Amino acid sequence: MNAIELSNVTRRFGHLTALRGVTLSIPEGQTFTLFGPNGAGKSTLLRIIATLGKPTSGTVHIRNIDVRESPEQVRTHIGLISHHTLLYDDLTARENLTFYAKMYGLKNKSESVDEALLTVGLADRHKDRVRGFSRGMKQRLAIARATLHQPEILLLDEPFTGLDTAARSLLSDMIFNLRAKGRTILLVTHDLAQGLTLSNHFGILKRGELVHESPTENITETELRTIYERHVGNLTQG
Amino acid sequence: MPTFFTHTLAIFQKDLKTEWRTKERLSAMTFFAFLVILIFNFAFEPGSPIMQSAAPGIFWIATTFAGLMGLGRAFAIEKQNDCLLGLRLTPADPGAIFLGKMLGNMVAMLLLEALILPILVIFLDVEVFAVLPRLCVPIFLGTLGFAAVGTLFAAMSMNTRLQEALLPILTLPVLVPALLAAVESFRGILEGDTLSDIFPWLKLGGAFAGLFGAACLLLFEFVLED
Repeated sequence: MNAIELSNVTRRFGHLTALRGVTLSIPEGQTFTLFGPNGAGKSTLLRIIATLGKPTSGTVHIRNIDVRESPEQVRTHIGLISHHTLLYDDLTARENLTFYAKMYGLKNKSESVDEALLTVGLADRHKDRVRGFSRGMKQRLAIARATLHQPEILLLDEPFTGLDTAARSLLSDMIFNLRAKGRTILLVTHDLAQGLTLSNHFGILKRGELVHESPTENITETELRTIYERHVGNLTQG
Repeated sequence: MPTFFTHTLAIFQKDLKTEWRTKERLSAMTFFAFLVILIFNFAFEPGSPIMQSAAPGIFWIATTFAGLMGLGRAFAIEKQNDCLLGLRLTPADPGAIFLGKMLGNMVAMLLLEALILPILVIFLDVEVFAVLPRLCVPIFLGTLGFAAVGTLFAAMSMNTRLQEALLPILTLPVLVPALLAAVESFRGILEGDTLSDIFPWLKLGGAFAGLFGAACLLLFEFVLED
């Protein structure tokens, strides 16, 4: 079964066409990285998959569920990690996770929160307000928030933005762990090296069109850079 | 349907907890309302007949503008770290998100009103405590209508550049019937009217709160959309 299936998806904002007939299938368990320059439509695509926006035309299915028909049901299968933490600064780590546990209707809230805090190494800081956390700690808690309801699909929107080397490495390890657990991951990033390391399939989006799609197997960073530049243009020119 | 109310309650509790911890919203609202009443204290002679008839208007001017300030803050916490996105990613119905936020705003408004009524007595020398049980009805209805309309427009204006200016411009014209009913019923009660005497105004306030509350509940989904 395909975890994510987009068929001829177009999204227009007035005169601007953000996505042009994107067709993409991501099987369960695959880690797919979407590269592309700014304004290519990567975030728009991610938001449509996350049910935050509707396509102007075309269809999107998440685990065979139409996002237009049952967005609430789709959301139970999806977790999103972005460069924003989606956490409340004035609540503690535990309170944030308990709030989301209630929103996702989890049965064993306390146990789920304990487990999530333990997994991201924040069990000893559970009573501390998020406001006092470092960027790396906040991002770890954001991962706990996104994976609290055990979603089968994880959407990562530039998750490495603003992280220092240690936090980046920790986040990479966590993504590898989630990949090992069989989660389907769709990563959106500018960082070719990071995307290549983390994924087993990649695509390039340019001006709303999916211009390239292939496995990452046997592809070196230099080759990826060449492919990217062939489709998008010189990297140094942004 | 139980899930709808579970989500509503979770958002409401979260907002109360955040406010209790920071007290940013209520303290700013109360100070603003206090300043409005203080200015009117200088404009009119406290305890004079003109003050008696102006007091209901002063009360609602103070609460409305202080309330608008609070509405902006209610969505500022959702804007911080893109938390509203987090809410939208959950399976919660947009109506439940609206209701949770609206209840939070309403409780903040009711607390503000409870705090400024004594200020009204002290600075304007208007006797409200003798008629307080009767006053609670129009105050509750006015606050309900304000919270419903205000929550919707606060969410709409949240991502605009002119949020502070846009929110009163959008909200106040729509609120006219609710404020009119609230001021007139407040005035009637101060002048010794019973609830049945002011029933037409209460009916207007109740109808406004009911109709606009339901409309805002249904329309909130479109406000959240990209």
